[in-house]
Amino acid sequence: MARRVSNRRRWFFTILAWGVALAIFFPILWTILTSFKSEADAIASPPKFLFFDWTTENYAEVQERSPYLRHFLNSVIISVGSTLLGLLIAIPSAWSMAFQPGKRTKDLLMWMLSTKMMPAAGVLIPMYLLFRSWGLLDTRLGITVVLMLINLPIIIWMLYTYFREIPSEILEAARMDGASLKNEIVHVLTPMAVPGIASTLLLNVILAWNEAFWTLNLTTSKAAPLTTFIASYSSPEGLFYAKLSAASTMAIAPILILGWFSQKQLVRGLTFGAVK
Amino acid sequence: MTDMLRGLIGASAVMALAVPAMAETLTIATVNNGDMIRMQKMTKPFTDANPDIQLEWVTLEENVLRQRVTTDIATKGGQYDIVTVGNYEVPIWAKQGWLMPLDDMGADYDAADILPPIADGLSLDGKLYAAPFYGESAMIMYRKDLFEKAGLTMPERPTWDFVFDAARKVTDKSAEIYGICLRGKAGWGENMAFITSMAASYGAPWFDMQWKPQFGSEAWKKALTDYVTIMTEAGPPGASSNGFNENLALFQTGKCGMWMDATVAASFVSNPKESTVADKVGYALAPEGQKPAMWLWAWTLAIPASTDAPDAAKKFVGWATSKAYTEAVAAAEGWANVPPGTRTSLYQNQQYLDAAPFAKLTYDSIMSADLKNPTTVEVPYIGTQWVGIPEFQALGTAVGQQFSAALAGQATVDQALKMAQQIAEREMAKAGYPK
Repeated sequence: MARRVSNRRRWFFTILAWGVALAIFFPILWTILTSFKSEADAIASPPKFLFFDWTTENYAEVQERSPYLRHFLNSVIISVGSTLLGLLIAIPSAWSMAFQPGKRTKDLLMWMLSTKMMPAAGVLIPMYLLFRSWGLLDTRLGITVVLMLINLPIIIWMLYTYFREIPSEILEAARMDGASLKNEIVHVLTPMAVPGIASTLLLNVILAWNEAFWTLNLTTSKAAPLTTFIASYSSPEGLFYAKLSAASTMAIAPILILGWFSQKQLVRGLTFGAVK
Repeated sequence: MTDMLRGLIGASAVMALAVPAMAETLTIATVNNGDMIRMQKMTKPFTDANPDIQLEWVTLEENVLRQRVTTDIATKGGQYDIVTVGNYEVPIWAKQGWLMPLDDMGADYDAADILPPIADGLSLDGKLYAAPFYGESAMIMYRKDLFEKAGLTMPERPTWDFVFDAARKVTDKSAEIYGICLRGKAGWGENMAFITSMAASYGAPWFDMQWKPQFGSEAWKKALTDYVTIMTEAGPPGASSNGFNENLALFQTGKCGMWMDATVAASFVSNPKESTVADKVGYALAPEGQKPAMWLWAWTLAIPASTDAPDAAKKFVGWATSKAYTEAVAAAEGWANVPPGTRTSLYQNQQYLDAAPFAKLTYDSIMSADLKNPTTVEVPYIGTQWVGIPEFQALGTAVGQQFSAALAGQATVDQALKMAQQIAEREMAKAGYPK
């Protein structure tokens, strides 16, 4: 009897999980389907699900009109660059907060997180003026540093949580064996925290890839990533849904594939420390 | 090491010498509209004739473009050499000294050929500050077959009463045919464009000569009541979230009896590739109340004062808004596809008039738009479906939200007008009007 109930429960949760997963995936699926429709089919009412004249002309037009490869390369450089730069700063910071906490460490962590609550538009003009003075407008370096700074609190928080799971006795043992601070972080702590660092890296690459406020406002053409590529396909006068969907599909495809292959690390990273 | 140093110095010197010979790059910010995209594809003659100028296009969504370009121009960021702006911004930005005057475009350019209402809207103290790329007004597009079935004949310029009456007669909700489709989505360039124009034709301005908001007037009450009533009785469901594109989709799929909107829509609804009713569309001038409903918009090319390539930019703007460009588009894609609404000579060209059945109506609509006198009473601002003050974007959208709520049935007309009056009074006091 107990077994039957548990089977029924298993079925229930399996169906529920599939239902939720499909509901979450549906907008992406719909975008991909729309990208293969004509503009007229894209707005058809009732909507056409699978039975329409499939066409790749939207992809052809997007390819013809926009330098996709340049935007793609910029996205890769900016998202990976900002994440690596962030890790370089965050690993020592998180080490110090996890293993050498001071009286104000908790306050410091909260303060860092509070910077994420500031509306970005509020600091746009000062940032723009600084970028103009330093000649950083529309440069990969400039936007990489900005994205690193806005994601830094999240990177530090995530690493701090992982590091706290590592027994400090191991680091103490390394110190007793004569390891310097650098060796302790590079050769003892980092290898043990690789899963945590990997999931932090992946999550922040995704966050930086999707960032649309600063990338739209601080880049123009040379350093413009895929977010500006998508923004160019919305139109105030004229139908654009099919072409916009093609551009969106091309923009999300790389990160979708990356997410698919690294989902184990991502899930592990997001639930790390939650269940022991 | 010395060799390496020598090599480096040599390479730097070569690069330094090469810089002046390198091409100048013009960064052009634009919107994703059909005519603008066509321009990007048509630039070969220009770049062939000017091999020292390279063009870099930055296409953005309209609101993003506005925010991005405003930030850059206001901070003298110098990211753009040419920007696409509407005629709402041009006089405001020119007054701030943000735009270069375009008063010396040369004899070939024939600036006198630009349609007077358009040229007036882009000038400050008699100087042109932006070159119009295409211009538009508003018109009614209607279904000839549905009108015939209902025994109706559309006049060249109907009254509002005729429009409302026809909308009720044409409506057949069981067949999903709605007599009238109008903008309802909140936004200064969405529902407020239509409602501002409609109210002005009822004799309802935004402000009196002392800049006092006028939403408490009888004329405003009548205009908004008529709008909400007809949309409730004969409009499509969910109209409070419909903007230009949503109505375009409804009309193209045969769900609207009438649609009043920008003249540029005519080329979409009559295109058989996109529209299921392409051969059934008739056109009429915007309705008349105490005054005809006016509408005037132009997408223009302007040069920010912060550009570091003013001469090259001027050369490109001169080329893209010239008669020669129009002829090049006509030769490549036919007369129906040339950018409309900017030059008198286009409307004297029989080939164009033959190719575009809505050309005469567009011309008449633009010519009847009077930016300085949009309504029956004197007003302190310019603008037909917008008000030419910097505060209008925020104010128009805030008021638009109230009117959209009235259309959705979340507020009564009286409540919406009262709220609009309060918002406008507060915002105008905050901005320091009367100035």
